Amino acid sequence: MEVRVQNIRKEFGRFPALEDVSLDIRSGELIALLGPSGSGKTTLLRLVAGLESPTEGMIFFGEQDASRKSVQERNIGFVFQHYALFRHMTVLDNVSFGLKVRPSNRRPPAAEIRRRALDLIDLVQLSGLEKRYPGQLSGGQRQRVALARAMAVEPNVLLLDEPFGALDAQVRKELRKWLREIHDRTGHTTIFVTHDQEEALELADRVVVMSKGAIEQVGTPDEIYDHPVSPFVYGFIGQSNCLNVTLANGEIWFEDRPIGLRAANEPDGTATLYFRPHDIELIDGCGGCLAGLVTASRRVAGTRHLELDLGRAHPSVEIELPPERATSTDHTRVAFRPTKWKLFRKEEKRGAAQQRVETPAAELARTGT
Amino acid sequence: MAHDAGSASITAPSRAIEAATSETRLARAMLIAVALGFVVLFLLLPLTTVFIEAFRKGPAEFLAALRDPETFSAILLTLTVAGIAVPLNLTFGVAAAWAIAKFEFKGKAFLTTLIDLPFSVSPVISGLVFVLLFGANSALGPILQSYGIQILFAVPGLVLATVFVTFPFVARELIPLMQEQGTSDEEAALSLGATGWQTFWHVTLPNIKWGLLYGVLLCNARAMGEFGAVSVVSGHIRGQTNTMPLQVEILYNEYNFVAAFAVAALLALLALVTLVLKTALELRYSDEIAASRRH
Repeated sequence: MEVRVQNIRKEFGRFPALEDVSLDIRSGELIALLGPSGSGKTTLLRLVAGLESPTEGMIFFGEQDASRKSVQERNIGFVFQHYALFRHMTVLDNVSFGLKVRPSNRRPPAAEIRRRALDLIDLVQLSGLEKRYPGQLSGGQRQRVALARAMAVEPNVLLLDEPFGALDAQVRKELRKWLREIHDRTGHTTIFVTHDQEEALELADRVVVMSKGAIEQVGTPDEIYDHPVSPFVYGFIGQSNCLNVTLANGEIWFEDRPIGLRAANEPDGTATLYFRPHDIELIDGCGGCLAGLVTASRRVAGTRHLELDLGRAHPSVEIELPPERATSTDHTRVAFRPTKWKLFRKEEKRGAAQQRVETPAAELARTGT
Repeated sequence: MAHDAGSASITAPSRAIEAATSETRLARAMLIAVALGFVVLFLLLPLTTVFIEAFRKGPAEFLAALRDPETFSAILLTLTVAGIAVPLNLTFGVAAAWAIAKFEFKGKAFLTTLIDLPFSVSPVISGLVFVLLFGANSALGPILQSYGIQILFAVPGLVLATVFVTFPFVARELIPLMQEQGTSDEEAALSLGATGWQTFWHVTLPNIKWGLLYGVLLCNARAMGEFGAVSVVSGHIRGQTNTMPLQVEILYNEYNFVAAFAVAALLALLALVTLVLKTALELRYSDEIAASRRH
């Protein structure tokens, strides 16, 4: 079922947790709400669930206005961060709870409830453990019970709050893959909250990046990573460098010299240049480039990370090179130029930016003011 | 040489095994002795005396003392008062703990403090409050009297005083427990479509049942044993408004020691049964109790 969030505002007391948030979620989509703590992502999830009520705005499930409906009427499946399994019930009783509490006219017969619960326990690969109590299960197993319990009510939408937050790294990776499989098999519209960008980018069809109670960007993992629309997204997703630069006659200047990048339609003034450590090319003989002294060099898996000092007034810059390139460069001074980069103007907070991908002659697209 | 090295490696760890917090034997023995001595002197000795005095003239005399009509009516009255007061405070305790632990509202801190009030007020004053409220010179007393409702020197007064004094037990026991457990279990139940009542019955109550039971046991022990507040509102009408503790006092003041100690022994027995029951439950369900406290 598709879910539409329309101009939602939520205040806790006088503290605004969400400000005018709108979001369309497609039917059958697996979507991630990603952001640092305090960004409002869990609040948004709880609003969709009906565990909180919005100060303003509406939430639609399909064509129906769900905002005035209670949590019970919304028919959602919610997986809590710490699972919230009923500890005095067996796995089987936990999974069948949602069906057992239905009013008698909508409740399936006992045998049917049992069969469906056992099917779900099988789906989450816990067959044989249905008589165990939550206290007798590992973290990963509890997580799967929580998911089976949420799916038992055949929810309109499945909501997961930091589903892997309490698990160790190994289990987390396994469950992530497994959740994707379950989703592809069952096709539930699924929203999950995470602060782990790797998790969001790997698992989700689309990622919603949130910050300070607002949505910064919505897009596929590729769009989010390759075309961040705001300095926040650039900084929050993946690694990035930022440098204060000046613009003059369509050329970008760093300190007292041009660096060989053109931004033709940009007015003169100061700006911030963002680029990723791996989106650079090394240059021999610097006629328009960035150059710095190598202050540290680390080998991380298949790449070498170099930390460069571009001058005392600037934060150090990190670049990534294939190890063989790194050894062949002069280790004291490196000249390079970003191949993919983006400018953000100080006075225009977000959106107002221009992007440039490799071809210098490409026309610069403005994305609004 | 080799032998020396071996013995050194044996002695060295044995010193390391002693935990940093462990004390010398002497210190341990002294601590245990002090604690034990204290318990014997102040708890065990008086309790034994009660039973010895009660049976001084034999079990027949003991039973006869309990069969005395006035004493018997005191026992019945105590059971009646506890039978009303404990369920009332059970209901109130659960409601208050629920409200305080699961909701945010104005005046929450005030309510929490207020619940403790009966602990900090002298029981005599608790009784006096009701005399002032419902007595002959009060505003309410004569009005109720005109409708034939007797509060003071009757069962309602005794129940009111007992409720007041035993007010905090259940709530005090449940509030920290429910606060620790948080609201996510309830939210999970609601999200699965359960009604508020189903959630309470199938999720909240099982989570708090051990704390609840413990609170009720304590509440009951105090309700039966309460003296001060009850004494003020009772009026000491023999065979009618005397509860067991009051009956003990009367019998004692009449130098009827065997009877006084017989009733006292019965009261003490109730306390002991309560304790044994609690311990037995804890032993029997220790796993489950531990599980319900966890996380």
